[in-house]
Amino acid sequence: MKFSTLTFFIYLTSSLLIPAADWLQFRGNDNTGASTSSTLPTSLDKDKHIAWQSPLPGRGLSSPLVIGNRVFITAASTPDQSRLHIICLDGRNGSVQWSREFWATGRTICHDKTCNAAPTPASDGKHIYALFSSNDLVCLDLEGNLKWFRGLMQDYPNASNSLGLASSPVIADGTLVVQIENDSDSFAMGIDLKNGTNLWKIPRTKRANWTSPVILTGGVVALQGSAGISGIKAATGKVLWTFGDGASTIPSSVPSKDGSRLYVPSNGITVIKPRTDNNTPDILWNQAQLRPGTASPIVHADKLFVINRAGVLNAANKETGERLWRIRLEGPFSSSPVTSEHFLYIASERKGLLQCVDLSGEEGKVTGTIELGETILGTPALSSDALYVRSDKHLWKISEAK
Amino acid sequence: MMKVIFTSIAILATTATTHGSPEAIKTILAVGPEGKGNQQAAQAWSDLIKSDDPDSLMMLLAGMDNAGPVAANWLRSAAEVIAANLEADNKLSLNELGSFLLDQGHAPRARRFAFELIRKADPATAKTMVPGLLHDPSTELRREAVAQLIDQASSAATEGNSNGAILLYRQALGGAVEPLQVKPIANALKELGVQIDLPRHFGFLMRWHVIGPFDNTGRTGFDKVYPPENEINLEAVYDGKGKESRWEPLETSDPFGKVDLNKPLGMLKETVGYAYTEFESSRARSAEIRLGCKNAWKIWLNGKLIFGRDEYHRGQKIDQYKLPIELKAGKNTILVKACQNEQTEEWTVQWEFQLRICDATGSAILASNRQATPQPGSQSRRPRRPKN
Repeated sequence: MKFSTLTFFIYLTSSLLIPAADWLQFRGNDNTGASTSSTLPTSLDKDKHIAWQSPLPGRGLSSPLVIGNRVFITAASTPDQSRLHIICLDGRNGSVQWSREFWATGRTICHDKTCNAAPTPASDGKHIYALFSSNDLVCLDLEGNLKWFRGLMQDYPNASNSLGLASSPVIADGTLVVQIENDSDSFAMGIDLKNGTNLWKIPRTKRANWTSPVILTGGVVALQGSAGISGIKAATGKVLWTFGDGASTIPSSVPSKDGSRLYVPSNGITVIKPRTDNNTPDILWNQAQLRPGTASPIVHADKLFVINRAGVLNAANKETGERLWRIRLEGPFSSSPVTSEHFLYIASERKGLLQCVDLSGEEGKVTGTIELGETILGTPALSSDALYVRSDKHLWKISEAK
Repeated sequence: MMKVIFTSIAILATTATTHGSPEAIKTILAVGPEGKGNQQAAQAWSDLIKSDDPDSLMMLLAGMDNAGPVAANWLRSAAEVIAANLEADNKLSLNELGSFLLDQGHAPRARRFAFELIRKADPATAKTMVPGLLHDPSTELRREAVAQLIDQASSAATEGNSNGAILLYRQALGGAVEPLQVKPIANALKELGVQIDLPRHFGFLMRWHVIGPFDNTGRTGFDKVYPPENEINLEAVYDGKGKESRWEPLETSDPFGKVDLNKPLGMLKETVGYAYTEFESSRARSAEIRLGCKNAWKIWLNGKLIFGRDEYHRGQKIDQYKLPIELKAGKNTILVKACQNEQTEEWTVQWEFQLRICDATGSAILASNRQATPQPGSQSRRPRRPKN
């Protein structure tokens, strides 16, 4: 067996070993926000579908992770948000299995709306890699044992944003890819999963940026920023290609399910297809009227969905960008939507109104809502039979069966 | 079989010597920048948490006295696991933890950790200890004591006991170092007819000399060295951006010490301004410069660059930046460079900073020759040297 074939085989089998029901990073294992689950509740009845709610020790915008029967979540507490929390709960009943606290080693200053626990952690299924806005990066195993700790602001004192950082790390090709972009010391880095040391570090545009890396095929990760978007080799940090027409610094791009194309919030939405020869990516289409607000776009079946600043959910043909239908949801939204087999879920900011939209018909239709009554800024996580939604104060499990 | 036995003995021997051992703590204290020593620290951490000895916990807490921010987190995390195990086995020694808490020579964060363990095990005792923490070196411990007094003062005010409320608020203010607590106390006292000198309480520097504008087109001025970075001559005149630049005095009466460069220099864009002051310290001592600024900035203390940051208009808060410094006895010079960029939005008008000098808790350190706080509407005077 040739080395490249062996590498591919290992990659394939390791991918297959991760249960499909797990939700390992921001917008799921492949950053698409999509699940094929067909057993999630759609009528959303508060009395029937809240399986449990568990109090959290602090605020957070990070999404939960789901690994087997366990749910992991980060939070930040104390008035200056200097206390960092990583909590493991039993997904079956919401009981806390273990909780670890750390002291922030970097600046914790944020805009009042966001907080130190803004980035979603990432997992390889065996460890939790939790990043905070203070640039503290913690690796724990699933039992809560500390494996390594990095204070990135201790190493790079100007790597911060006075409004707070929010980019979520991803794991690709055995590397933790972290994007620390701000007006001053701006960079991306690949971190060794084993010991937290730098595998590579590359400079990035000096401009505040809250978007997250997106995994594409072939060990490539797309890094979005104000200048555009670049494809980099996750293992080495080598820049393979660049799309330089500018891009949003808040909503992140979303990849197609096969990772071959990327829907970029750039001049509305621009769809790019990276080339195998690593030249400038092909632009498949651009639709200026599809303008995402804070929520990142999402692809489902043959459509692309974009929620604009007014809280209107726009459906478009994912091959052409043609606008198909739109419905007004109850916003505003800071979190991003996720989808199950036929439904889209999103939670509004102020009332914590979880909304379910049927995507299977000619037009979208809201099939149910639950008002959770607390500020929700984080994107939900999905398992095979449940949604996990976090607010400033609680983590909820929403499922068909209590 | 013999090989298995020998191996087991070797493992046990290794384990016995490393549980809670100074060697394991030393390994953790050796973690360095960019993840250096993480692997060894993880092994040491794994060894440490196996201990069920209360002394191990105290050793870890004491270890934090010499720990940097990253190593302190390793130790804290191990201490957290050991404490949970000791608590489950009913072996947590509150006496030991109490002694540790009361010894202000230990690291403030470690003492706070000890307090939280005491509070979890014995909330009533912890509550009775809180008033004694009002002037504690740990900001987090002080916060508890201040909060308790604020609650009591608020209750007194609600009951119509204004004099009692004033006394309690003033007592709270005596320990309050964080804006989140100082501001509501000052507001409550104002409602009760008592004015607080907030600049003095925080230690904001209110009297400066400023000069500008110099050019910052294309944000290039941040790295350019203009004459004030080479010499402080308050009588000098330099070529500025479009006009001559000369030093002029500027007093601020802002309650939170905001020094607004737009006032003396004009509502300009793509410009650099400097502010200079002198701070008389009664003795050589460790201190902090705490800065709030939404413009790019640099700070020099006694001619030495302390830190700089080229971020524009991403928000400003009191104590946004905490910069450890060493004050020398007598005169200390402070030079601030503040850069304004090209943005034209309404929220990019500010060209200002607020700077205070305090100790590590946030308690003001006042210059030995500090003058009275300027009052709103007072005229700027031109002191021979700006002294705070």
